[in-house]
Amino acid sequence: MYNLIGAGLIVIGAGIGLGQIGGKAMEGIARQPEATGKIQTAMIIIAALLEGLAFGALFLGK
Amino acid sequence: MGKHFIRYLCATFKEPLFERFAMRKAMPSLRYLIIFLLSITCFQGFSNVPQEEEGPVSSKEEVDEYIQHHIKDAHDFHLFSYTNDAGERKHVGFPLPVILWSSNGMVAFMSSEFHYDDEGEVIVEKGGSSFVKYHTKIYELQSGTKNLSFDEEHHPTNATRVLDFSITQSVVGILLVGLLMLWVFSSLARQYTKRKVPKGFGRVLEPLVIYVRDEISRPNIGEKHYRKFTGYLLTVFFFIWILNLLGLTPFGFNVTGQIAVTAALAIFTLIIYTFSGNKEYWQHILWMPGVPYLIRPVLAIIELAGAFLIKPFSLMVRLFANISAGHIVVMSLIAIMFTLKASLGVVGATALSLILSFFITLIEVLVAFLQAYIFTMLSALFIGMAVADHHGDHVFGENDDVDDAEEARENFI
Repeated sequence: MYNLIGAGLIVIGAGIGLGQIGGKAMEGIARQPEATGKIQTAMIIIAALLEGLAFGALFLGK
Repeated sequence: MGKHFIRYLCATFKEPLFERFAMRKAMPSLRYLIIFLLSITCFQGFSNVPQEEEGPVSSKEEVDEYIQHHIKDAHDFHLFSYTNDAGERKHVGFPLPVILWSSNGMVAFMSSEFHYDDEGEVIVEKGGSSFVKYHTKIYELQSGTKNLSFDEEHHPTNATRVLDFSITQSVVGILLVGLLMLWVFSSLARQYTKRKVPKGFGRVLEPLVIYVRDEISRPNIGEKHYRKFTGYLLTVFFFIWILNLLGLTPFGFNVTGQIAVTAALAIFTLIIYTFSGNKEYWQHILWMPGVPYLIRPVLAIIELAGAFLIKPFSLMVRLFANISAGHIVVMSLIAIMFTLKASLGVVGATALSLILSFFITLIEVLVAFLQAYIFTMLSALFIGMAVADHHGDHVFGENDDVDDAEEARENFI
C-alpha cells in the first residue's frame, strides 16, 4: 500500500520535473532559435537523468 | 554572357542535383525499411495475444501473469497457442538448446522436452538427474523425489538451482544482432575502398554512423580523443537500437529489458572510462584542487560512489526500466480486448485496444531510438569527463585555493 503511494509521489515529482525541463527548453528555444540543437541535447540529457532517478526509485520501491 | 550564366547555373545546381540523385537512389531502401518497420508493428497486434496453459487468457490476474512471464527470459520461442477440435491445447513455437551444469556434470537437451511447461510439472530425466522448469528457471530435483513441492512463498523446497548456460531467447537475440551488425557494417566498410558514396542499404546506415560520430561522439569527448572511442559508441548504439526494435516484433524478444544485459553494457562503459581516465580525472575524484582540505575526503567518497556505482547503475536501470515498462504498457493495452470484453463488447474492446496499442507502439519505436541515443550519449559524456584536458581551467595554485571566491567577489564589487 505504502509502496503504491510512494510510486505515485515519484511519478508526480518526475512529471513536475519533466514539465519544468520541457517548458524552460521551449522558452530558451523561443528566445534563441539558433541555439535549438544545443538546448535540445541538454534537455534530453537532463530528462534522461531525471527519468533514471524516477525509474530507479520506482524499481527499488516496487 | 550566356556562357557564364550556364556555368553559374551548373555550379549552383551541381550539388543539389547530385544530392537529389543520391536521394532517389536511397529512397527505395528507406521505403523498404519503413514498410518493414510498419509490418512488424502491425503484426504484433495479432501475435502477442496472451494465451495460457489451460485455455485462453481472460481474467486480469491471468493477463498480469502472462505479462510477467513475457518480461522474463525464456528457454523457447513461444509464438502462439490454440485449442484444437479434440479439445487439446497446442503450442506453436520453436525450441532452443538447454545446457546445464548439474551435480552429475554437463547436460544438454532441447527445451521441447519440457513441452512448454513452466509450472514444474514436466520432469526431464537426463544424465542421471531430473530437471523441472518453474517460472522460467530450471531446477534439479533432489534424488528420490518425483514432483516439485513449494513453501508458502512459492519457492521450491526439494530442488536446487543449476548453473544454466542455455541458449535462451536473449542469447539468440544477442547472437543474431551481433552477426547482423558484423555482416551489414563490414559490407558497408568494404564499399568505401571502391566508391565514395555507398549504395543499397549502406545509404541508410551512413547518415546514422555520421550522426553518432558528429553529434554524440565528437562534441562530448572532444576533438583530440573522440576517434578512439567512436567504435565502441557506434557498436553500443546500433546494438541497443536494433535489439529495442526486435523487442517490438512478435517473436517475444525482450533482450534490452533483461537487467543482466543492460548491466553488462553499463559495465563496459564503466571499464572504458575508468581505464582511460587521465591524471586530472583521478585528481578531481580523489583530491580535488580548489576545495578546503577538510571537505576533500567527504567529497572524495561522494565522487567515488558517483564514478563506480551511480553512473553505471543509472545507465543500467534507465534502459532496463524503460524497455520493460514499454513492453508492459503495450501488452496491457493489447490485453484490453480481453479484460474489457464484458463491459464494452467484443467489437468495442477490440477497437479500443487496437487504436491504443497501435499508437503506443509507434511511441515505442521512438523510445527504442531515444534510449539507444541516451545510452550512447551518456557513455560519451562519461568518457569525455574522464579524458578531458583541463589546461588553463585552474589558474589558482595550491595555497590560495580557499579564499578564491572571496577575491572574486571583491573584484566584482
